[in-house]
Amino acid sequence: MVSGQGRSGWVPQRPSAAQFQRWGVDPGWSQLVTVPGSDGVARTWHVLDRTPPAPVATIVCVHGNPTWSYHWRSFHERLGDRYRVIAVDQLGMGFSERTERRRFADRVTDLGDVLRALQVEGPVITAAYDWGGPISLGWALAAGDQLAGVVLCNTGVAVPAGRRAPALIRLAAAGPMTDLVGHRTRIFVDGTLMLSGQRVAPVAREGYRAPYRHARDRHAIAEFVADVPFTPKHPSAAAIEAVAEGLRSLRVPTLLAWGARDPVFNDDFALDLGERVPHADRHRYAGMGHLVVEETDVAGLVDAWLAERVIPHRAPAPDPVVPVVPAAPPVWAALDARRADTATAFVDGATGTSTSFVDLHNRVLGIAGGLAQLGVQPGDRVGVLVPPSVDLLATVYACWRAGAVTVIADRGLGLRGLGAAVRAADVSWVIGPPKAIAAARLLRWAPGATAIAVGARSVLGAACTLDQLAASGAPAPTPPGPDDPAAVLYTSGATGPAKGVRYRHAQMSAQRDVLAQTYGITSTDRLVAAFAPFALYGPALGIASTIPDVDVAAPGTLTAAALGAAVGSVEATIVFASPAALANVNRTAHGPQPQLANLRLVLSAGAPVPIATLRATAALCPSAELHTPYGMTECLPVADIDLAGIDTAGDGDGVCVGAPVPGVAVMIAPLGFDADRVVVGVADALVGPVLAGEVLVRAPWVSEGYNQLWRTEHDARPRTADGRVWHRTGDVGHLDTQGRLWIEGRSVHVIHADAGAITPVPVEVAVEGLEGISKAAAVGVGPLGCQQLVVVVEHAQRNAGLADDVLAERVRSVVKHPVAAVATVRALPVDIRHNTKIDRTAVAVWATALLAGDRARVTW
Amino acid sequence: MKVLVTGATSLLARRTAEALLARGDDVVCLQRHPAPLETAQVLGDIRDADLVAGAAQGCDAIIHAAAKVGVIGAWEDYRSINVDGTAAVIAAARRHGVSRVVHVSTPSVAHSGHAIVGAGADEPVTGRVGAWYAESKAIAEQQAIAAAGDELAVVAIRPHLVWGPGDTQLVGRIVERARAGRLALVGHGAALIDTTYIDCASSALVAALDAAVPGARCVGRAYVVANGEPRPIRELIIGICNAAGVDVTPREVPRRVALFAGGAIERLWRLRRATTEPPLTRFLAEQLGTAHWFDPRPARDDLQWEPTVSVDEGLRRLAVWFRAQAELPGP
Repeated sequence: MVSGQGRSGWVPQRPSAAQFQRWGVDPGWSQLVTVPGSDGVARTWHVLDRTPPAPVATIVCVHGNPTWSYHWRSFHERLGDRYRVIAVDQLGMGFSERTERRRFADRVTDLGDVLRALQVEGPVITAAYDWGGPISLGWALAAGDQLAGVVLCNTGVAVPAGRRAPALIRLAAAGPMTDLVGHRTRIFVDGTLMLSGQRVAPVAREGYRAPYRHARDRHAIAEFVADVPFTPKHPSAAAIEAVAEGLRSLRVPTLLAWGARDPVFNDDFALDLGERVPHADRHRYAGMGHLVVEETDVAGLVDAWLAERVIPHRAPAPDPVVPVVPAAPPVWAALDARRADTATAFVDGATGTSTSFVDLHNRVLGIAGGLAQLGVQPGDRVGVLVPPSVDLLATVYACWRAGAVTVIADRGLGLRGLGAAVRAADVSWVIGPPKAIAAARLLRWAPGATAIAVGARSVLGAACTLDQLAASGAPAPTPPGPDDPAAVLYTSGATGPAKGVRYRHAQMSAQRDVLAQTYGITSTDRLVAAFAPFALYGPALGIASTIPDVDVAAPGTLTAAALGAAVGSVEATIVFASPAALANVNRTAHGPQPQLANLRLVLSAGAPVPIATLRATAALCPSAELHTPYGMTECLPVADIDLAGIDTAGDGDGVCVGAPVPGVAVMIAPLGFDADRVVVGVADALVGPVLAGEVLVRAPWVSEGYNQLWRTEHDARPRTADGRVWHRTGDVGHLDTQGRLWIEGRSVHVIHADAGAITPVPVEVAVEGLEGISKAAAVGVGPLGCQQLVVVVEHAQRNAGLADDVLAERVRSVVKHPVAAVATVRALPVDIRHNTKIDRTAVAVWATALLAGDRARVTW
Repeated sequence: MKVLVTGATSLLARRTAEALLARGDDVVCLQRHPAPLETAQVLGDIRDADLVAGAAQGCDAIIHAAAKVGVIGAWEDYRSINVDGTAAVIAAARRHGVSRVVHVSTPSVAHSGHAIVGAGADEPVTGRVGAWYAESKAIAEQQAIAAAGDELAVVAIRPHLVWGPGDTQLVGRIVERARAGRLALVGHGAALIDTTYIDCASSALVAALDAAVPGARCVGRAYVVANGEPRPIRELIIGICNAAGVDVTPREVPRRVALFAGGAIERLWRLRRATTEPPLTRFLAEQLGTAHWFDPRPARDDLQWEPTVSVDEGLRRLAVWFRAQAELPGP
């Protein structure tokens, strides 16, 4: 009970059961414990302790400043049925006893005392954020064998090299400010809630503030801030330094779950911890902030991670059935083979300048040597901001040759997306033209990175130019091996921040080989890459390539004339273009194009290619086979089909993408299967009723994983009972009796109706077959399991809203499921890059509002 | 099985009684005026506990559909008929050892004014002022559910917007207004509304009667029943009008305007103690302007019931009925 309102020695009034319930806490978890301290003084602690009958381990959660055990309630909720979850209120904080000043070392001892009093037995996993991080680590590093795992969210043990302590903390810790913001006012408490990237719900704010309503409650908040050591002479500096160094000996599984939008403990702190604990798994939440545990499902991440890394129950990790194949030659092997060839290797469509194989090869080796001399280490990440040009090719191959990892972002992401990608990838080097370097500096994409300028002159802040590197005369370093990392690719996702996809050299070599084999590519071929990143395949395949003169950010503006010029410049045999680009070529052709007459192969991918586009292209390119590979950033190609194959396949449920290419295994898994368990799917062609499921693939050229997205990678890489790892494409579809793969939409867009799942593409294909309808979206409204199917049709002449009865009737007559409503919009939302992938999620949001009777705004 | 059906002058109760008869059950009806049914009929007031008890004697089950519906009238009338009437039915069941009671309720007992999108049967809301029907039915449902126990299996069924041939409530009013050129939609009429074709509503009550055995999962629970085919309200209204041979393009009244007008009309009617139906109430404006559709799975799983007549088939049957009506000699 409250024994006076003095500085210390009293325990705040605990919230009532009703209050706890209101804040989402089971009152049964709340306990007061009298703890005999190591210093001989007994103190009263408040803890939230949920203990199941036979816990597999104990998770000890340590909060930061100025929160309390409340911060971890999602852990109790999610994990407390199998793990004992203990969250403590540190002394002077939450509803624990108000005490005299506790310094860092005291708090580490205190934590040990309370865990002893709580009789914690068996394996322990610590979870902590903010200043709970170093405190929990102080205990963990001394815990010996009892420590089974470490989870850290937005924290720090040392100011990262090359930067100052967080400005906000420095300000708060500046002399009299500490008392003012931490103790006398609620600025620090309220400010912390605001640091959260996502809004903290009002009822949760109430919970967070509850123990800190009065100044007398808040002494410890100010003292915590004052305990941050900014100078080596600070009383706590040595103890925290010991923890920071001790971390290097940490051997248990470690997880860094990070909110990237935290102005205090930003990415640099995560990087610093990652450097101290190299084996740490990382999941970086691009949109989340300081209170990441409050903002997103960290508890779910930890649940999956513990099951995978700490308390394993999934199929064993090793993959016993990988066939032993001799490693394919490295990606630069074909370029090496033509090192004396004076034939054209690349033509710049914008300037018309051409580069021979001998020159390209020499430039690659020169830059690779220069990079090594400059200090680029194998495994270093290099942000490649070079626009499509021979410099792009030279830079990327030089990085690969030097063992560096290229970080390449698609221009379709836009400036913001580009910045987010570079920032997420922890690049140590940035290569690009002065403008890109300036942007990277100005927008703090890579504050610690060294810049290399592309162009004649160096710029402020750049270490040197690409030309200087190429001319350095330094020998190219030892090349990387097949298992070494090669690239992180960012492409525009349909929703949310782009994910970085990691590749190893062996995977890229395998991809090159399957492309050459599938399309019969030999050194006599020459490539026009109307989708610029595809030009990078030229040197790997040992063929000449060019990029047409087109705005790289808008490949859909490619004209027939520009394509013709590009084909002419290298006497191309192969064209790769996005469906949008091909459609524009067809639109602007106005009659036969002699330069396109000799093409032998036209490839189009990235999004479903409308059949009309293919037919029009076939008419323009009479000698060419038209192929549409199916695949994704993580695995390309998966399957392939040509125009004749599409005609043979005919109508069916979805879009036929052809048979899997040799080397790919395809499996159809049940919709919404649990990635934490062994997946049981159907691998062979189905006979009889065709069931749609999630499309899983395996191939030697499937990417390694994702960048700093442990959960995403975990969920995307399920295993079968034999230990094989599969890639989850995110598409739903089925295999037909001929072994062809049909895609029926994205799994997140499946409509979960009462009568079963409805895949969107077959519905859309049926509706788009109606006269006068070119584009439709099938979406679900309502809760999963009883969603209603709604068809939204693009109609340029009508306002967004319900369709009239005639159109509704026509749509219903061709859809085999009950259609609750038919609506029209002037234009459906599509992705910028391909102009064909419909953002069904946005359509569903709009349709939901419309059909609820609310005001529905078209947001695209 | 011998079944007492109360309020059999209503379309739903009458059809349910007919369905029970058709499958060979023994049926007794209780209502104020004779119903066109070939069953034993007890005439009288549902508030007369002795009369209700007498009618229940020897029955195995009761379907309690008697209620005062509407938007005008005194609270005391709604309360006594809907609340006390239900109490009389429960007491009669207890007195004569009737083991099954199907209480006919309404989705409006949980009406909150917000859109209902794929929801289940939410808890009844009480404490409303003015919406006496919903208020009295909410109290009655709570009472009926509270009476459920090991001896007495009570199930509450909330049919949502019942319509069909002979229905004067929904179909009758829509067609009447359309003919008078006074039909208006709240908003653009895009709100998804689920409805219940009359045959589906009666089959749901029969299914509930069969499922209501002591100890069954459905005992002491409420279920919303509907066709499970929500449609934009505009389509439904036009469909009903077309079935009646009325060509109509309804006017559109903005939702805020409709809500305001509904509230104003309600107050005016109350002030004037008007005895005619008001053209619009706030409750009605909310109902017409927001989505109302429900999760079909609880009723399907617990009552083993599925709708048998689709909305489209129902509209066809309605059209046939309207044509037959037109050929009848006029009054």
